[in-house]
Amino acid sequence: MSVLIYAENSKGKLKKSSFEAASYAYSVASMMNTDAYAISIGEVSNEELEKLSKYGIKKILTVNTAQMHSFVNQAYASVIAEAAKSLSSDVVILSATFSGKALAPRLAVKLQAAYVDGAISLPTNDGAFTVRKGAFSGKAFADVSMSATNKIIAINPNSFPIAENAQTAVVETFVPIVKDTDFRTIVKEIIQAADKVSLPEAEIVVSAGRGLKGPENWGMIEELADLLGAATACSKPVSDAHWRPHSEHVGQTGIAVSPNLYIAIGISGAIQHLAGVSSSKVIVVINKDPEAPFFKAADYGIVGDAFEVVPKLIAAVKEFKATHA
Amino acid sequence: MKVLVCISNVPDTTTKINFNDDKTSFNAAGVQFIINPYDEIALTRALELTEAQGGTVTVINIGDPSTDGTIRKALAIGATDAVRINSVPRDAFFVATQIAAYAKDQGFDLILTGRESIDYNGAQVASLLGEMLDLPSISIVKSLQVDGGTATLEREIEGGKEVISCPLPLIASASEGMSEPRIPNMRGIMSARTKPLTVVEPVEVPNLQNIIKFEKPEARGQVKLVNADEVNKLVDLLHSEAKAI
Repeated sequence: MSVLIYAENSKGKLKKSSFEAASYAYSVASMMNTDAYAISIGEVSNEELEKLSKYGIKKILTVNTAQMHSFVNQAYASVIAEAAKSLSSDVVILSATFSGKALAPRLAVKLQAAYVDGAISLPTNDGAFTVRKGAFSGKAFADVSMSATNKIIAINPNSFPIAENAQTAVVETFVPIVKDTDFRTIVKEIIQAADKVSLPEAEIVVSAGRGLKGPENWGMIEELADLLGAATACSKPVSDAHWRPHSEHVGQTGIAVSPNLYIAIGISGAIQHLAGVSSSKVIVVINKDPEAPFFKAADYGIVGDAFEVVPKLIAAVKEFKATHA
Repeated sequence: MKVLVCISNVPDTTTKINFNDDKTSFNAAGVQFIINPYDEIALTRALELTEAQGGTVTVINIGDPSTDGTIRKALAIGATDAVRINSVPRDAFFVATQIAAYAKDQGFDLILTGRESIDYNGAQVASLLGEMLDLPSISIVKSLQVDGGTATLEREIEGGKEVISCPLPLIASASEGMSEPRIPNMRGIMSARTKPLTVVEPVEVPNLQNIIKFEKPEARGQVKLVNADEVNKLVDLLHSEAKAI
């Protein structure tokens, strides 16, 4: 019996979500009176991997062969399944990132495991192993009890604090058995905006809607986001009109986000949009219409025209940063 | 090309969600059901591909007879035929097991799903099917091109995209951008009535997990309004009160 995390990296650096998974796994392992381990796949240095020990991980397996340098969900699921078997792990924790979500169901079939995606709570310690997740696109929660012997939990990014529980960890090279048929998909190219904060993982999100009137007015949204270290997002009408890419569309049929701070500018707050942001910790709404439904779902609000308020907000944030540097 | 598109019957996106008194089931009273929006994106792309290259599009749904309306809508949009597995979907594992049992001997070149259903938001079925049928699966795909026996796909990743090449047969889950859904025309609606809809009885599936309770999130407290001339005050509140910056 043990708990295993899949420690995901981006370009050789462990993701913040991997430390969240480690902290979560340590809590689960403590509850089960056992230890938490990690498996890393891809090109990551041992020194980088040792950082996991600070968050409660006792042993780290690494698979760093050239074949494994780009993500193939089928192959990665095979490796994690092998690692879980070799460490007798009956609980596997990973992060509900794009890659995590793509591989976890395959892992669940391999391990005949129960699987909860997008968990926002620790499992209960009453034998039922019940985990809470979002359902109906943010309009509700579902409590799921996991009855199978093996269990896989993909935790929502930004939902669990990173907690230090220093351990002395060893890093071991792991040699899994993989099949040729695990590698039928080939990654040809990765196109990534290097300097952009990724939306699903962002701690602050600056989002704008039709109130901005046109794509040419997004400069001030990007400036505010840059100042705050935030990701930019938009409402559905904006991405439907191709003012912004679909990958920025937040809402029921777009991305669901749960940042610490969500700033909505010129978005009225249709029920489909609110569904995608309801788990944000703090919501600020800026809208010229005092009757906009979004104000009912907000913590702070400013009734005013975006073209007047946003430049003032940029100036105020600059001033704040100058005095709190 | 033989394509299978998996469709879910979900509450319309404008629906206010309510649960029955047992807290474990969705209250469907007065709710309008639709094809899961992402599944409609998958269906449209399947039609575009088969219209250009020849082939058939079968839609499959796991549901009781009440979902026939949603299946007929998919036929009206242009699917060739439909299969309904006569059962109430329990969870993603149940659904994927039913689809895999039906699809395993049918020789589909392409199996498409939506990236997730907007009710249970599992985002699981495509990858589950991939493992059950031992086929490659690519999740959250915003572009899908097929050239002979090979597909080129763009998969969404944090802050960007990955361009992937993969031989058919394969499974992919559709995201926004893969196609623009179509509105069925009168001819489509008329012909949908006579297109074949086969009802298949479900296979048995072990129970690995159960939803024991649904709950709605608590409403937020009263919004604190800040005057548009005192934006500094908002920044102060976000720092000292909300601890968000």
